[in-house]
Amino acid sequence: MELNPQQLVFYLFALLTIGSAVVVVTIRNIVYAAFSLMVTLFSIAGLYVFLQADFLAATQVIVYVGGILVLILFGVMMTSGSLDLKLKLERGQLFWGGVVSLTIFGLLLSVITNTPQWENVDIGASQEPTTRKIGEMIMKEEYLLPFEIASILLLVALIGAALISRKEVRDE
Amino acid sequence: MPVGLQSALNPDAMGFENLHQFFVQASENWAQRFAQEHAPFLAHLPAPLGELAIMLACCVIFVAVVPLLPLGLVLAERKVSAHIQDRVGPMRVGPHGILQTLADGVKLIFKEDHIPREGDKFLFVVSPYIIFACSFAVFAAIPFGQSILVSNLNIGIFYIMAISSVVVMGVIMAGWASNSKWSLLGAMRSAAQLVSYEIPIGLGILTVVMLVQTLNMQDIVKGQDGIANWIVFRTPFTFIAFFVFFISAIAEVNRTPFDLPEAESELVAGFHTEYSGMRFALFFIAEYANMFAVSAIAATLFLGGWHGIVPAEMLPQGGILGFVLRAITLGGLIGVVIKTLLLVFVMMWLRWTLPRLRVDQLMNLCWKYFIPISFFNILGVGIWGLIFPTDTLLSIVISVIVIILGLIFTFGVLGKSLSKGPSNSAERRISATT
Repeated sequence: MELNPQQLVFYLFALLTIGSAVVVVTIRNIVYAAFSLMVTLFSIAGLYVFLQADFLAATQVIVYVGGILVLILFGVMMTSGSLDLKLKLERGQLFWGGVVSLTIFGLLLSVITNTPQWENVDIGASQEPTTRKIGEMIMKEEYLLPFEIASILLLVALIGAALISRKEVRDE
Repeated sequence: MPVGLQSALNPDAMGFENLHQFFVQASENWAQRFAQEHAPFLAHLPAPLGELAIMLACCVIFVAVVPLLPLGLVLAERKVSAHIQDRVGPMRVGPHGILQTLADGVKLIFKEDHIPREGDKFLFVVSPYIIFACSFAVFAAIPFGQSILVSNLNIGIFYIMAISSVVVMGVIMAGWASNSKWSLLGAMRSAAQLVSYEIPIGLGILTVVMLVQTLNMQDIVKGQDGIANWIVFRTPFTFIAFFVFFISAIAEVNRTPFDLPEAESELVAGFHTEYSGMRFALFFIAEYANMFAVSAIAATLFLGGWHGIVPAEMLPQGGILGFVLRAITLGGLIGVVIKTLLLVFVMMWLRWTLPRLRVDQLMNLCWKYFIPISFFNILGVGIWGLIFPTDTLLSIVISVIVIILGLIFTFGVLGKSLSKGPSNSAERRISATT
């Protein structure tokens, strides 16, 4: 099989994604797992770039690596003792984890096989900005309502978090 | 050497105008074009590999040039601090001490590379590279001229935000891997600070993006021809946003008055306490590169980028004269660098003038002042955009008048409240001692 450079880069990212994801679930050290997750999320961003979804790729990095992962590590380091926690796997976890992941795998497999036609995206063919399309879809066309609902959901979560974390004010 | 490249590198052979022409031509889809026209030997490679080679070459130039910035900036910092404190600064190495940083660099290279025995060796080694790589990757999307940029990304400014948000990971990694309480505390503070101040920075950028309606760095610059079109002055809200952005950017690069992550009186040196030799130098270089990058972004977003004070069509095109005039009116590559260095100087000035904030003050400033102000700006720019869909003379005049009135009002109110004297006892004590 002859690989062209695009395929080579794709397989590199795919390998990196799967390899680091395997490390995330197998390694005992929670901090290492988090840093390995960083590699996974980064290479998924790479795959997005490969699909010409540049905006999505940057969002992936900014939200997951710069936000969620930092919060995970922050939480781990704030909780005393959990830094040196060795993660253990019990038999029950293995069973239920297996059930869940097999279900998801089956779902993905059915989606992949039932998709009628896969289009090959030619890298560099279209230089049309993705952001314009995304902006128009969200703010003008059919996705305005879901977008607003999602923003209200996030606002509710934000207010809830602020309410929980603030000091209790006693009633006089 | 290919003929095209040779003549391009030799301005006298082609004339200055041709050189300019060459750069303009190269700006559109430049890597491909460059590969085809100027490096025919690359045509033997598959097309993407040829482009890749050119891009890598450009990256190498950046990675080679950018570490030279700290060489100058560190010396500048020491000289600025010295003169602010009425000293002379380094004087021994070279005339007026200009080779001091070089000597320090040589010293750092030969220092022992110490890794804590109880620390995590792998992450300890990796983290400086993450921070270093991220602060350099930012330069890829900053335009230093009409065609002087590594990659003209469609999502330019968003990419910069994404990449600079990864720095936090490197900081946490360094702090944890050092296995020292100073490092860990520094890393935690740093993470909290960086994550918090990313919000006003993001909202400040959003204010600009709402006005220009693009994320592409070149397109943001292209609309700012002439000082009246600079985004700072275009609406009163972007004027406020510029200051919020710049102050937050100072916090983002961990400099005084926001240098809590490496507060030397509390935390030795924060997250890089355990680092020595060249690994420490990497953090150091990254810090100064970050400073420069953040200032360059501020100059690009708000202060016209490579557009000068005078609109480009009013200046003579091409030739040495045109080039010099552009530089004097703060346009072109030299203009960007001058603006950036001015902002860097302001950062140094603040560092050696203001005392460090406490953690709670730092967080209050961000969450209780900057973020509400930023939301106000976004709302304001939205309304402004509805009233003035395109920039007219009227909108610019109104904007400038509002800015001037706002400044007079602010300084009037501030001046009055300050002239009443310090209000609480702590401030009074400080003023009594001085």
